[in-house]
Amino acid sequence: MAEPARWQWSALSVLTVLGAWWLVAWAGLIPPLYLPGPAAVMRALLQVARVGYMDATLWQHLEASLLRVLAALLLALATAIPLGLVLGLNQVLKALVDPLIEFYRPIPPLAYLPLIVIWFGIGEVSKVLLIFLAIFAPVVVATTAGVLAVDPIRVRVAQSLGASRLQVVRFVVLPSALPTIMTGIRIALGAGWSTLVAAELIAATRGLGFMIQSASQFLATDLVVGGILIIALVAFLFEIVLRRLQRHLSPWLGRMS
Amino acid sequence: MTALALRGITSRHTTRSGTATSVLENFSLDIRAAELTVLIGPSGCGKTTLLNHMAGFTRPDAGSVEIDGRTVSGPGADRGVIFQQDALLPWMSVLENVAFGLRLCGLPVADRVAVARSTLELVDLVGFERHQVWELSGGMKQRVSLARALAADPQTLLMDEPFGALDALTREQMQTLLLKVWRRTGKQIVLVTHDIEEAVFLASDLIMLSSRPARVGSRLVLDFGQRYAAGEPVRRIKSDPAFIQKREQVLSWLFEQGERSDG
Repeated sequence: MAEPARWQWSALSVLTVLGAWWLVAWAGLIPPLYLPGPAAVMRALLQVARVGYMDATLWQHLEASLLRVLAALLLALATAIPLGLVLGLNQVLKALVDPLIEFYRPIPPLAYLPLIVIWFGIGEVSKVLLIFLAIFAPVVVATTAGVLAVDPIRVRVAQSLGASRLQVVRFVVLPSALPTIMTGIRIALGAGWSTLVAAELIAATRGLGFMIQSASQFLATDLVVGGILIIALVAFLFEIVLRRLQRHLSPWLGRMS
Repeated sequence: MTALALRGITSRHTTRSGTATSVLENFSLDIRAAELTVLIGPSGCGKTTLLNHMAGFTRPDAGSVEIDGRTVSGPGADRGVIFQQDALLPWMSVLENVAFGLRLCGLPVADRVAVARSTLELVDLVGFERHQVWELSGGMKQRVSLARALAADPQTLLMDEPFGALDALTREQMQTLLLKVWRRTGKQIVLVTHDIEEAVFLASDLIMLSSRPARVGSRLVLDFGQRYAAGEPVRRIKSDPAFIQKREQVLSWLFEQGERSDG
């Protein structure tokens, strides 16, 4: 018999947890208020998908959250990658900007959330900004690290083929750093999703984070768990897409001897 | 015809503790055009430092490198460089790697593909155009590196222990390939190696460097490479008493250098 593939092991662990969850709910070991069973959660989600919750269907909540995360992601990529590139190429600028990024990066978004509301109000700007900040720092750090890790021999080869400074960046530095940047984006997107619930604490009327908070206030634990699962599922799908993209863009990773 | 002149080069390395040691002290050397010049010397004598100055990657603390009377101020397409590691760009195919230099100077796609193809032919890599570089063996990667440098049509090829990481058989194949390329293109080649047999076999002008700070200890004019190019088999050349005598001469000279620097 063939060895089980890696995905089969992964499936086994997921199914075991689901099974244990179902068993606990079925045996009535924990009251549904604390932990509703998989069937109850599924029912709650189907209900929201069909009828809606707080004037919006599950799809509309999902759409609102996705748009916020994607807007924040695009803004972060458009700013963080160029900044990281510049910081990796210029030691003085790096010394100037590094402490600022390292200062705000470890602060939990919930801590500066009130400040953002005071400065930017309770509209979409504050929500997207909060997620943006969570995504921005890891992408800058990863891009800088990727640029600094470029093999100097490759740079020298390009120079001795007549490459200008700009050509070295475009043809050697950027492609060399790309795998590291992609890893940064994967980590950053995870951080972005984790910030979503905090962002939707700000006077939101739609969104998965809003749905979870609202449901918790009504002790609708089944919908809380359902919302969490949907967020996890979407984040997981993002990760898979990014991994595929990374492998597609840098197929040589782990194969250069 | 390109003549390369090193004039009064002084080069110091500063260690982390702050002490400066001289790698090169007022070093001068003339490298003639169209020669296959090999620099050999004990490890740490400054061979690679010299090559880096010639390539323009580093600047000497004093003195200058001159090509046809012009002082080298940085790297340039007139000097192709080949390192021990292949330094190929893995996001490009074999063909794209070879055409890279031509792309940098803005040659149209059709032209650079044509040049890259004929250069791959020169290094016996026909049929590998579409391959990814990480699929190639070490020897093939070095062929691609050689083709990449040649495609940009430099006046000089600078090679820093280019075959040092290859097995004995592949190394000999690369040596004969280099001789073939040298004969076909007539380019000036400067090669740094610590492999004595390689040095004696390839060099038309063998420069033996003393231990640090490097001096030109001895200079031999050799013709084993030409004999290969004229059709004599490699193994016969390398087992020829004349070859063995030269090899032993270089070897004992290097051993003397080693004893001097140890004592």
